[in-house]
Parts: sequence; structure tokens; C-alpha cells
Amino acid sequence: MVRFLLRRIGLGIIVMWMVTVLVFGIFFLGGNEQSVARRLAGRNANPQTVENITKRLHLNKPLVVQYWDFLKQLVWHHNLGYSFYHGEPVSKIIKEAFPITLSLALGAAVIWLAIGILSGVASAVRRGSILDRTLTFLALFFYSMPTFVLGLLLLFLVYYQLAKRGIRIFPGSGYVPLTQDPLKWLESLVLPWLTLALVSAATYTRLTRGSLLEVLSEDYIRTARAKGLPERRVIFRHGLRSALTPVASQFGIDLGTLVGGAIVTETVFGLPGLGYTAVQSITNQDLPVIIGIVIIASAAVVVANILVDIFYAVLDPRVRLH
Amino acid sequence: MSMSGAITSEVGEFLPDAGGELTPEAAAKIEGRSTWQLAWRKLRKDRAAVISAGVIVLIVLMAIFAPVFASITGHGVNQQFRTTGLNGFGQPVGPNGTFALGTDDLGRDILVRIAYGARISLLVGVVATLATVALGAVLGLIAGYFSGIADSIIARLIDLVLSLPFLLFAISLVSVSHPGLFIVIIVIAVFGWAAVARIVRGQVLSIREKEYVEAARSLGASSWRIMFVDILPNVLTQLIVYATLLIPVTIVLEATLSFLGLGIPPPTADWGQMISESETVYQQAWWFLVFPGAALLITTLAFNILGDGVRDALDPRLERL
Repeated sequence: MVRFLLRRIGLGIIVMWMVTVLVFGIFFLGGNEQSVARRLAGRNANPQTVENITKRLHLNKPLVVQYWDFLKQLVWHHNLGYSFYHGEPVSKIIKEAFPITLSLALGAAVIWLAIGILSGVASAVRRGSILDRTLTFLALFFYSMPTFVLGLLLLFLVYYQLAKRGIRIFPGSGYVPLTQDPLKWLESLVLPWLTLALVSAATYTRLTRGSLLEVLSEDYIRTARAKGLPERRVIFRHGLRSALTPVASQFGIDLGTLVGGAIVTETVFGLPGLGYTAVQSITNQDLPVIIGIVIIASAAVVVANILVDIFYAVLDPRVRLH
Repeated sequence: MSMSGAITSEVGEFLPDAGGELTPEAAAKIEGRSTWQLAWRKLRKDRAAVISAGVIVLIVLMAIFAPVFASITGHGVNQQFRTTGLNGFGQPVGPNGTFALGTDDLGRDILVRIAYGARISLLVGVVATLATVALGAVLGLIAGYFSGIADSIIARLIDLVLSLPFLLFAISLVSVSHPGLFIVIIVIAVFGWAAVARIVRGQVLSIREKEYVEAARSLGASSWRIMFVDILPNVLTQLIVYATLLIPVTIVLEATLSFLGLGIPPPTADWGQMISESETVYQQAWWFLVFPGAALLITTLAFNILGDGVRDALDPRLERL
């Protein structure tokens, strides 16, 4: 198990290193060093200003040197650099945005797991019934629904229609920290949670249904039924327990991805989390910020992948050999 | 899950009137059917899939005949009708006799723009999917067949690409390139191939040990011939299933990129972009959000239902669970 862990973590570190090379390559190979400085200097800047900015931000150094500086800062000092725009440390920007993304991701995750697993079980237990067909269609419907369409429709149908009638329950956009006002925090997140949860739950409904149906055809389920266990116990204790393994691994990876920023949901609802900040800094060509977010987001995915693998290895010792 | 590919094709229909022995005439009626014929028969009986296929045909026709929509209504795709298409306050007008689905914030005809937008969605959906599947299939074949160093490199690349936050990388890459159709397709293929390659690689690892591959090798067939003539057809059904289900994913991705302002640049009519433009005025002009949104949803839903049907038809082992 220790060897498996070390190997898996080693691979994770290699992937992270490749990620840093990749983001650096994307942003600096595009012939961007001049365009960044020019953009910051403004439309009417003279060449001297552009030059000064280039120097100040070390944009004139060879790419390899810039990369090496960046990597050194990152690994040695845990420093992600400074925003080209307002000079703030990238780590500070990320620290401010992260709780917002985390609130969004965790809240939505609770809702979509509940909806997904319950509807998946209901579907599997009443296989072929009208309930099953309805749930299966709904799952496909929300699976096909683009996140931004659902978000805007919810804003229009729930927020705007209520606001028009003088009921202002949900804010149209923006975020209130939990520590500041728990109720307002909840209100600001209900619609984003619902959006993210509905589009994600569909995958879990389908996964739970398929997995549970497979498990329920196993011999040990027949044994459990034969020895007279109540059906509820057979399904939840014996069936669902093993059927949830693929669900758990999907969950780990989905959550890992979302913790790095729910780009679309945050943009639609104006929540200044990591995803929203990433889109903003891309529009502003604020390279250190976008590079920092990409690295943090990739790290979240890598860690989630490792956790999922460990989870599998604990459940099934054969996995460790591969 | 193992998939040995071509399913026994000599399945004749059971003839109840044949009694114990087959008459020569009845025997002549028994014909061999290929995987494809069997799948086609099964798919035709799947009502939801047939309806979805019909919807997709309609959307394709709408895309092809988009100029007809323009000439019948007399509204060009980028033509702004500032007097008839906008009301006294400069707001979009709702569905009426002149503008069947209303107008957008610039007084353009939404119906005509939806018809033209279908071209972008379908083009990106199909071309990006083909590019993704082709790239993934070739790299997966190479990795699985040659093993050794090629496999190590490709397998690590698969790991890398699969652990990237896809959308974040996509918008990063798009932002440093010239915006447009081409880069959107490239980005989707560059970040999408790994999932295909992983499936193909796994299949090839088991197929290459089969006797018929050994037979081909003994006959002196080259590696490339074995890969593409002997092995590829056996993963084809899975590739087709994957591709059908990938089309709606790429359509949504393209729309998402355009929604974020990083896809197809204006004034080209594009569904994602229309929805993005509606963000500021949809509270007064619901049609600007609802109709492009519905076009997008109907398209992806139709492809997903058809994809499920194709999967059920092509993979008999996956009993309709």
C-alpha cells in the first residue's frame, strides 16, 4: 500500500509539473509579452512606457528564465506572483475567491448527491415503471441542459418574476460571506446551488440506476432475499452499499473539478469565486492571476484523482498491483 | 468490460412455419445479417431514438436552408431593423407577424439568427467530434499496439490531459489565439482526445493477443495494416457510440465558450452568443433568452436520446438496464 501511495503521489507531482509547463507555454508562446505590456499601458502609450512596463514585469527576460523564476517562487516560497493589474499577490486574490467557490461547490454537491442517488434508487427499484421512465427522461433532460441556460432561466423565472411582484428573496447576483450574514449567504447561493445541482444530478441518477441494477442481479442479493430480509434492507444495506462505489469515484472527480472554479455558474450569478476571477483575468490579460488559478484548479483535480484511487485501493486490493 | 467487436452475424430469423426441417425455399430466405444490419433494425424499433433522429434532420435542414428563412422573411441575418424591430424605448419587440420569434437588442430577427446559428452548432459539433475521435483513436491504437516507450508517453499524456480542468484550459488557450471557429474546434480536440484514447488503448491491449492478430502477423502483415485493418474495425462500434454521445457535449462546449465571449466572435449568429447578449435585456425580452436556449436544449437533447439508442442498438451486451 505504501508503494502504491508513493507511486501515485509521484505521478501526481509529475502531472503538476507538466501543468506548470503547459500554462506557461500557452500564455507566453502566444507572442504575448509585448501585447500584455501594451494593453496595460493603454491605447495611447508611447513606446517608452511600454518598454518600462515590460522591464518592470520582467517580460523582457527569456522565457526559460521567467519560467524558472516562477517555478522557484512557487516551490520555495509558495508565491504565485503578483497581479499585473493591481499588484496584489495572486495568492491573496485566490484566498479571497476560494471560500465563494467552496460554498458553491459543497452546497450544490449535497443537493445533487441527494437528488441523484434517491432518484437513481427509485428508478432502479421500479425498473420499467412510469416513475422510472419519467426520472430517466428528466435525468437526460437536465443532462442535456447547458448550465448557463438553466441559470438564466432560473434567474428569469424565480428571481425576476418574484422581484417584479415585490418579493425580493433571492439577490440577482453577488455574494455575501457566511461570517457576515448566514441568512443572506444562504439566499445568495440558493439559485446557483440549484443550477449546479440540477445539471450535475442527472449523471448521478444514471450512474446509480445502472450500478444498482447490476448489483441487484448478483447472487448475494438473491441470498439476502431468500433468507427473508425485508426488501428495504436488501436494497439499502446490501445493494446500495456496493452500487455506490462508481458514484463515489465520479463524485470525487466532479468535486475536485468544481473546487477549481465553477466558471459558468459563477459567471451567470456574478459570484466572484475562482471561475469568475479566471474569466475576468483572461479578459484583462492578467497572466499571473490566470496562471495561478489554473495551477490551483489542476492541483485540486490531481488531489481528487489520487484520493479516488486510494479509495479504490482500499476497497479492492487488486488495484494496488497496477 | 470487454468487447470483442464483430458479433456473430449469421443470425437467421426463427421461422415458426418451417416445422422440423427447412424447405429449400425457406432456407434460401435465411440470410446472414451484419452487426450493422442488426443494429439498424434495433434502432428503428426505438421510438424515442427515431423521433430524435427526425428532430436532428429538421435542425440540419434548418441550418442548410437558413438563407431561405432570410429570404422569406426578408430579414438579413445581421440586418438591424431599428424602426420595426425596436420599440419606442429602443427595446426588442416580442414575437409578432413580422418577427415570428421577436427581435434582439439590435433589432435583428431572432428566427433568422437561430437558423444561421444552427450552422455553427452543427458544424462544430460534428467536425470537433470527428477530430477528437480520430485523434484519440490513432493515439490509442499506437499506445495499445506498440506498448513500450510509445505507450508510456501516450499513457502519461492521457493522464495529464484527463487531470486538467478542461474549461479553464480551453478558455486560456482560446484567449491567446485568434478567436473563431477553427480554434474552438482545435481546443475541443486537443483536450478531448484523451478519453477516447484511453478506451481504445484498453481495447487494443486485449485484442492484440487474439489469434486473428497473430494470424495476420504470421502472414507478414505490417504493424500499420494490423492496427487499421484488423484491430480498428473491432473498436469501431464503441467509437461510434462514443462519437454520437460526444456531439451534444461539443455543441454545449462551443455554446459555453461563445457565451463567455471566447468563442465565435460577433456579428456571426451563434446560439451561445445570442444567449449571452440576452443577459442584459431578457427581463424585458424573454424571447431573446428562451428561443435560442430552447434551440440549444432541443438539439443536445435529441443527440443524447439518439446516442442512448445507438448505444443500446450497437452493444447487445448492454441490455437496456
